[in-house]
Amino acid sequence: MNKSFRQGIRHGIPIALGYLSVSFAFGMKAVEAGLTVFQAVLISMTNLTSAGQVAALPLMTAGASLWEMALTQLTINLRYALMSLSLGRKLDETMQTPQRMIFAFANTDEIFAVASSQPGKVGKSYLYGLMLTPWFGWTLGTLLGGAAGTLLPEFVRSALGIALYGMFLAIILPPARKQQSVRVVVGIAVAMSLCFHYIPGLNTISSGFVIIICAVTAAAVGALLFPVKEEHA
Amino acid sequence: MKWEVFLPYLAVTAGVTYLIRMIPLTVFRREIKSPFIRSFLAYIPYAVLGAMTFPDVLYATGDMRTAICGVAVAVVLAWRGRSLLTVAVAACCAVALAQLAMLLIATR
Repeated sequence: MNKSFRQGIRHGIPIALGYLSVSFAFGMKAVEAGLTVFQAVLISMTNLTSAGQVAALPLMTAGASLWEMALTQLTINLRYALMSLSLGRKLDETMQTPQRMIFAFANTDEIFAVASSQPGKVGKSYLYGLMLTPWFGWTLGTLLGGAAGTLLPEFVRSALGIALYGMFLAIILPPARKQQSVRVVVGIAVAMSLCFHYIPGLNTISSGFVIIICAVTAAAVGALLFPVKEEHA
Repeated sequence: MKWEVFLPYLAVTAGVTYLIRMIPLTVFRREIKSPFIRSFLAYIPYAVLGAMTFPDVLYATGDMRTAICGVAVAVVLAWRGRSLLTVAVAACCAVALAQLAMLLIATR
């Protein structure tokens, strides 16, 4: 084990701890939705993304079409394309196409943020270390949540049900505080989402398409009204 | 869930998510020129998370009153820029306390 690999592992520990608690809630939610513990763990091992996995659950239980599933994942996870584009310019010569194909699997919001904040270029030893601990934490948390979640008293389970949404709010509110554009985009998306849930007729549209319609419209309006000057990550 | 139902979903979610991350790192490496597309991509995460959070969060605890307590705490802490973990844990604690308060009121 070389030094940069160990450094990557170390930098991944705080991310893994955060993932552990969030994926615990995901594991619990997945088992409540009717998946087995093993199926929940498989989703976490292969997807490694919070919002995409949470959105996939109701689509699976509702028997949605694979097209709806694919489009929903595309919309929710589109942000990773931007992160991958941005990170691509920070990789050193040890990151050729095969290594890039391996690391791409783990380019989550948090891993991207840590990798981007490193001084200079980053190489494969560091990045492999950095992806390993969070992936392990994400998988372990799902296993624990799926297996132990149903053993917890109802009181604790319902309190944990809000964990994922707390995390979502922690992602959107700090930039919303700073930028009017983000406030407008979030406002439009939330208002539309409320309409799709409560207005008769509109509330028959399934959850995947609701997310797609709300997000694409809100982001397009934002892009028209407030085009960003520099490249955001 | 039956495996023959589950596996196609697993393949699609994992496959789409991976390709979105992999293609811009390997094949498509040039910068996006269009300010509209760049802005659109920059705003998408906030729009997605906003639409996923409301109104779903109000039903996340099984009782809208406790959910509102949790949301209120999460909003205040997130607005102040606290970490993901802090906000998530505090929201759970707020819901737990609200449930306890509800229980005390009901048994009185």
